Amino acid sequence: MMRIELVKLLRRPRTWIAIALLCGLPALVAAFLAITKVGPQPGEGPTFLSAVLSNGSLYPAAALAMVLPLFLPVSVAVVGGDSVAGEASAGMLRYLLLRPVGRTRMLVAKLVTLVVFVLIAVVSVALTSYAVGVTAFGTEPADALVGSDVVTSVSGTGLSPSQVALRIVYTVLYIAVSMLGVGAIAIFLSTVTDSSLGAALGALAFLVTSQVLVALDAAASVRPYLPTRYWLAWIDFFRAPILWHDIQRGLGIQAVYVAVFLAAAWANFATRDVTS
Amino acid sequence: MNPSMIITRGLTKRFGRITAVDGVELNVRPGDRYGLLGPNGSGKTTVVRMLLGLVFATSGEIELLGRSVPRHTTDVLPQVGALVEGPAAYGHLPGRANLALLDAAGPAPPGGRSRRARRRRIEAALERVGLGGVDNRPVKAYSLGMRQRLGLAAALLGEPRLLVLDEPTNGLDPQGIREVRELLEELNAAGTTVFLCSHLLAEVEQFCTRVGMMDRGRLVLEDDLAELRAPTGRIMINSPDAERAVALLDGRVEARDGQRLLVRGEAGEDPATLNARLVEAGLRVSEIHIERRTLEQVMLEVTGPGSDRIDGPFGRGGDLPEVLDSRRGGGSGGRSGGSGGDGRAAP
Repeated sequence: MMRIELVKLLRRPRTWIAIALLCGLPALVAAFLAITKVGPQPGEGPTFLSAVLSNGSLYPAAALAMVLPLFLPVSVAVVGGDSVAGEASAGMLRYLLLRPVGRTRMLVAKLVTLVVFVLIAVVSVALTSYAVGVTAFGTEPADALVGSDVVTSVSGTGLSPSQVALRIVYTVLYIAVSMLGVGAIAIFLSTVTDSSLGAALGALAFLVTSQVLVALDAAASVRPYLPTRYWLAWIDFFRAPILWHDIQRGLGIQAVYVAVFLAAAWANFATRDVTS
Repeated sequence: MNPSMIITRGLTKRFGRITAVDGVELNVRPGDRYGLLGPNGSGKTTVVRMLLGLVFATSGEIELLGRSVPRHTTDVLPQVGALVEGPAAYGHLPGRANLALLDAAGPAPPGGRSRRARRRRIEAALERVGLGGVDNRPVKAYSLGMRQRLGLAAALLGEPRLLVLDEPTNGLDPQGIREVRELLEELNAAGTTVFLCSHLLAEVEQFCTRVGMMDRGRLVLEDDLAELRAPTGRIMINSPDAERAVALLDGRVEARDGQRLLVRGEAGEDPATLNARLVEAGLRVSEIHIERRTLEQVMLEVTGPGSDRIDGPFGRGGDLPEVLDSRRGGGSGGRSGGSGGDGRAAP
């Protein structure tokens, strides 16, 4: 079942279009920056963007910061929302269950597929943006005074190229985990309705609500429990030394959301009448 | 050998306040060609879905191949092939890729998972349903009939002992319907039990040996087709000399339609002796045979109109007021207007 789901994901044109769009946005931004050389001032605009003008090897971090708030979760919500509801509306849900594929197994396969999709997407963005960044901006040291081969960290001290690479790997993994909360919500909604669009929209509504509340000071009391609260904690990977506190909390919150919504999805799907 | 392929006891399903299936007791024996008939919305498809573990019964028991469903659904389903409410496939993939996905899903089928065994199963299934030479176009470019054949091929993949087919000839032309019937006859002769669900009387009449009829969620009849199609005790005569035949048979003619006469049979009389009598008297007979009840007559006797008929406030038969007021002629009224015995025909 797992293999089949992956084949279906990879043979689907939509998967590759979504990934192409995800990789396209940072490339577009890089093109503008490279041509105009007008970077945002430090402290303004998207994270890291001011730093990359002088050193392209940090561009993957900037690219991930661009797709993280909206583009990436939208694609995760679409894939997750389509997982069960898409089978239902295509009429294939009943034929898969009749093979028979156990309902729990199907749900697990859908989740694994979603994780694979997220990883492919994040890694693709990181790799293409690295290529784009190095081509467009070169790898000159960020600050000639600090010395060669060193990238300035957010904390102001230098990071060697191997340190940057390692921290980008951490970032990729952290962002992939951060998407699982939204993915689990989308999969849960996907077992509730037969409309994949409805499920995706539901997950996005949840996401937007969370984003709004995170930015709202009046909602400070619930803020630590929102799924998007620690999404930007990966920036702490680029501090020296790494600040682990928010990162750990972020991972913990995602684990709770995934556990709760997958349990709900399983409880709903295992006892549901399949009438599609 | 199991005593029965399908047994249900008191099978009931409610969706909210609507009782879709009400106390259905099915009994399908091995080797049967069983036809479940019923008007649209009578609960046939819900019964099929419950048998296959897709929908959970509100109450009652199901035994499929001797095992209780839904508890042992995953154990019995590998031996069951099914077509439920039309075929389905991934439109962007070709037919073979669709079958390959279905074949690889679920537990290992007999013959194993090797690439060769897999291809052999898929080609055999496609060959059986007449799609052996199909090219690599995606399913979305298939005609309705091709999709139906592909759905049948998917049902036949595991060489099932029981076939559960909901409207298997939907979308096929007369040639295709006949091919499917011959295919099912062939499979049945080889020992496959066929459970067919249809609202097409002709389809059931031509293929099935046992018939169940559903009406508004209840199984109102379950019997051998031969019993249902018992002689009515009358003989049909078609004669150009109908006038004289009426005179000769003196009072036994129950109905006349031009040259066609319906004659009440007497004890020990068959069409042959009656024919001899008519010919002796110098009458010409172009047709003579025992009258049997048609399945349509049986069906109309035991079932009401389908739930897809929703009469307006003026009932059936069109006593419509001269000026149709669109505000009053709306869709109120529900099915009460058309229910009851007005769909029945005299036997």
